[in-house]
This record gives sequence, C-alpha cells and structure tokens, in this order.
Amino acid sequence: MTLIDFLPIVPEILVLVMASVILLLTAANKCPTAGYVPSLLTLLGAAVLTITTGGLGTDALVRDLVIVDPMGDVLKLVTYLAAMASFVYGRAYLREFGLLRGEYFALALFAVLGMMVMISSASLLTLYLGLELLSLSLYTLVAMQRDSAQASEAAMKYFILGALASGLLLYGMSLLYGATGTLELSGIAEALHGQTGGTMLLTFALVFIVAGIGFKLGVAPFHMWVPDIYQGAPTAVTLFLASAPKLAAFAIVMRMLVLGLPELLHDWQSMLAVMAVASLAIGNLAAIMQTNIKRMLAYSTISHMGFLLLGVLAASIAGFAASMFYVVSYVIMTLAGFGLIVHLSRKDAEADTLDAFRGLNRDHPWLAAMMAVVMLSMAGLPPFLGFYAKFFVLQALVGGGWIALAVLAVMFSLIGAFYYLRIVKLMYFDTPSEGTGRIAPAGDAIGLLSLNGLAVLGLGLLPQGLLVLCVTVVQASI
Amino acid sequence: MEFTSVVFYFLSAILLLAGLRVVTVRHPVHAALFLVLAFFTAAGLWVLLEAEFLAITLVLVYVGAVMVLFLFVVMMLDINIETMRADFRKYLPLAGLISGLMALEMYIVLGGQNFGLKMPTPKSADYSNTKALGRVLYTEYAYAFELAAVILLVAIVAAIALTLRRRSGLKWRDPATQVVVKKADRLRMVNLKPQKPGAPVEDEE
Repeated sequence: MTLIDFLPIVPEILVLVMASVILLLTAANKCPTAGYVPSLLTLLGAAVLTITTGGLGTDALVRDLVIVDPMGDVLKLVTYLAAMASFVYGRAYLREFGLLRGEYFALALFAVLGMMVMISSASLLTLYLGLELLSLSLYTLVAMQRDSAQASEAAMKYFILGALASGLLLYGMSLLYGATGTLELSGIAEALHGQTGGTMLLTFALVFIVAGIGFKLGVAPFHMWVPDIYQGAPTAVTLFLASAPKLAAFAIVMRMLVLGLPELLHDWQSMLAVMAVASLAIGNLAAIMQTNIKRMLAYSTISHMGFLLLGVLAASIAGFAASMFYVVSYVIMTLAGFGLIVHLSRKDAEADTLDAFRGLNRDHPWLAAMMAVVMLSMAGLPPFLGFYAKFFVLQALVGGGWIALAVLAVMFSLIGAFYYLRIVKLMYFDTPSEGTGRIAPAGDAIGLLSLNGLAVLGLGLLPQGLLVLCVTVVQASI
Repeated sequence: MEFTSVVFYFLSAILLLAGLRVVTVRHPVHAALFLVLAFFTAAGLWVLLEAEFLAITLVLVYVGAVMVLFLFVVMMLDINIETMRADFRKYLPLAGLISGLMALEMYIVLGGQNFGLKMPTPKSADYSNTKALGRVLYTEYAYAFELAAVILLVAIVAAIALTLRRRSGLKWRDPATQVVVKKADRLRMVNLKPQKPGAPVEDEE
C-alpha cells in the first residue's frame, strides 16, 4: 500500500481530521460558535477534494473496501451541501436553545463522515461501519437537548430501534457472508452468479438486510420511529437528520441490492414493492391527521421514501436515475421546508404546530410564499421540482411494466396533496391566531433560504440538467 | 490421556466451578472475583485452541479493565444483598429453562456437522496469530480499523457531551483554586489563655 492508494479517501480523511480539530478547538475556546466557520470550511474543502479526486475511475481501491464512482461523488457533494445548509439554517435556533456547542459541529461532521463512508462502501464491512458511525452521531445529536423530556424520549426510541435495525442488518450480512464467503459486494455478486432463485439461506439473509435498510430509510412497516424522532428532536437536528442521511440510505440501497445482490432481483423487487405501497399508504393517510407540522412532514417523508423505492424496484438505468433524482430533490425540498420551520421558531414559540402557520402571509409574505412553493412541490404539482421527481419515477415504473404500482402511487399522491395544500390554505386564507402562539422569524439565514426556495422552483422549471446528471452518473457507476 | 487433554479438563473444571460460584456466592465482590477467575481460565482454554491473541486480549480487556471497573462499581454502590437474593428461588425455574435452551442451541450450532466444519489443521509452532491478525488489521483493513476507532471516539464524545453539564445547585470544587490555596486562607492562629487544670471550662464563642 502506497500513499497513492489513499487518494480516493482523501475527502474522508479531511473530514475526520477537521472534526477532531474542531473538537479540540471548541474545547479550548469558550466561544460557542467557534466550530461554525471551520465546519463550513471543512465541508467546502471536502467538496473540492471530492471533485478533484473524482476522476480516478471506478476501481475498488484501498483493498476492496472503498469504491469511488461518479454516483458516489455526486451524492457526496449533495451531502456536503445539505450539511452546510443545515448548519447555516440551524445556527440561530441552536444558539437560542443553548445547543450551539462545539460537540454539535464535531458530531455532525462525524455523521457526515459516516455518510461518506456509506456512500462509497464497496464491502459489507465499511457499509456497516459507516452506518454505525452515522447512527451513533445522530442519536447523540437528538439527545443533546438534555432538559427536554421529549428530546430524551425521542433519542431513546431512536437509539433502541436503531440498534435493533443495525442488529437485523448485521444478522443478514452475516448470513450472506456465510453463504458466499466474502464481504466484498462485487465478490458477493460474483459468488451468487448463476444461482437462480436463491437458496433458503440467501432468502433469509435478504429479508434481514431489506428489513434493516427499511428501518434506516424509514419506510413502512419499519417506519414507527420516524414521526416520534422528527417531532421530539430539536428542530435544527430534525432538519439535519431528515435531509442528508437519506442520500446515504439511498446509496446503501444501491450498493447492497443493485451492486451486491443483482441475482436476487426478483426477490427484493417484490419486497420493495410491498414496502413502497405500504409507505405510500401509511405516510399519506396518517399525515392527514397530524396537527404538528414536524410530525406531518415525518409522515410525508415516509411516503417520499416509498416513492424512492418505487424507482429502485423498476431496476433499470432510468429507474435508478429517477430514484436518485427523487432523493436529491427530496433533500432540497426538505432543507427548505424544515429550514423555514427552524427559521420561524423561537424559544418561547416553536413553530411546530399547524396553527402557528395560520395567516403567515399577512405578516411575512415572502416566507409564506416560499413555504407554499415547498409544499406545492412536495405535493407534486407542476412546475415545481417535486412534480418532475414523481414524474420520472412513474415514467420508469411504467417503462418497466409496473402499471398497477404507478396507478397506486398516483392515487396516494393525490390523497397526500390534501395535507400539503392545507398548509397553503392556512397561510393564505386564515387569520393569524393572536397571542402567545405568534411566530416570528428568528433565524439569520434568509438569504440562503430564499436561494433554496428558488432552487425548488428553478430546478422544477429546468429539470433537464439534474436529470441528465443523474442518468450519466448512474450509467457510469453500474 | 495426553497432557493437553489433562490441561483441558483441569481448566474446564475450574471454569465451570468458577462460573457456578459467580451465581451462587452471597457477596457481589466475591462473585466478581470468581468471574475474574472464570475469564482467566477461559483465556487458558483459548491458548489451548491456539488463539493466543484472543486469550491475551481477554485477560487484558476483561480482567484488566472491565472487571476492575466492575469491582469498583460494586464496592461503591451499597447493594443490599439480601433483597437482591430474595427472588433467587422464584426465578430459578425460568433461569434453568433459559440456560437449558442456551446449552441446546450451543450444542446444535457447535456440533459442526450441521455446517460442514472440519477440524482445522494445527499450525506450526512458529506461527503467530497475533502477527497474522495484526498484519491484516493494519494493512488490508486499516481503513475499516480506523473507522472503528472513529466510532469509539464518537462514543466518547457522545458520553461526555450528554453527561457533562453544569447544573446549578451542585456542590463541586474547582481543583485549580484548591491547589493555589495559601496557608493564610485556611489557618487562623488563636491566642489561648493558659488555664488551670480542673478549672471550669468557659463557654466557647
């Protein structure tokens, strides 16, 4: 092993070193914001390194543990962006709630490192280690608001269910290792090559792996943790854990199922189909009944993840690219949506109920307009980004002959449109509730938020570039 | 009987006895000490299986660190032994059932014939599995090894971030001010009048 072998993991090394430096820096420096600028610079540096080392090809390097491919690079870049945006949006909120400590940034960077490892994992070993690194950091971030019973409860639930999911995944991986004798994903695919249908052992392994990934993605029937954690966690942390980790989850679906287990395609296709339909149904129906906007968006996340799986199970280049497009646009929309909630939240008036948004247009027309854009986009109305995300997935589904699934997905999206439109209605046609519940912007990130909201509109008007990018990188990576 | 078999049975007997004593002795400190003995004996068995590295780590990590920590906790906590043991009989049937099931499961799994396992051929005397493990761990799997280390770092940061907080109303000392304290801060010289022995003691101020 020479120094050149480490080139593909230089971004990871940078993030690790800087996270440790920030840890030391903020321990020595009493200023709570000391970690803020270095964190942003770290992510920027990682982005530059990812771009410059990106052209190194698709060979598995660092002894078959790491894979560097265009898809991974693009996902990593979006991850950095999402992390940076959640730092910028969350800073004022965190300061107000006394959470703006050095550990916050260090742990968030460790979570980013975990995501990077997951995204570029070429072996079950790195995949699992990355996942644990991410999960452990997220558990801690959720628990950091020690005085809030709700946050502690959410963290406890997240930890226990997350540990269970990790156990399921690990058990599936061990069975898979037992069946194939290798941890490398491409090696597993080779070992299974020619086996049609798969044995009992492989089916068991697949069930555990799909269940474990389902937990991490938050799709039904493994979705129970999502609403509680989204609601209980401090909103700035919700913003972080609702956005970037979904990219990593998408990456492990691609690595695990598409790269590692293509021979079991028919088995996992049917599992994903069931999970996708269940998520669409539960996510959209349960969201209607919510009065807490964080909880409502959590259910909406469940349905979005269902949509994501629909693209994957179409099992074509178009399907994978549509899924990737979907997850990227989901992250952009979620950042804007939760970013606005964080922006509007203050210590004495958290903007986490639907009532808080009543008549927002009267006081803050620009914020209301952006929230409306995000909601309409999530509902899947043209000309916003969400429409094309759904459209490409449906197109891939129909192309793969899954007409019934496509029809179901459209129906549930129609049902889901109700609760997104309800927020628009609350903001524009209701009178604001007077008194203590009034919300006022406390955040200081209005510039970036506006840019984010405009991106939802702009990418919706011109989706071609992003789509072409997704298709190209997926094509180059598979 | 070969010498290794004698050693095996000797160690196994001690291990079983120690394990039994862990759950039957009255005093938790004694139980912990018996657990130390059990770990140590198990390490001996692993040496017999040519897994020296695992044996050494077992002694270093479990006996050296975990059990010492455990003993500290047991000694610091004032555990009422009688109340803890009161339900021993009540839980005995269930515990017995679970132990029996575990033994059965181990028999099935370790039977070997179910998984097509063969007896491994013994390695030559100069073979070091510590070296072999070290070689893979620090070359081929260095990346994964470092990641595991990062996970441990995150665990430490998490534990400290979640538990170290200054709550008001807590009585704590600042070690720095304790160190720089001067004699004059603490000591006050009082001039006491000499008294006759047997004289009535005056009331203190």
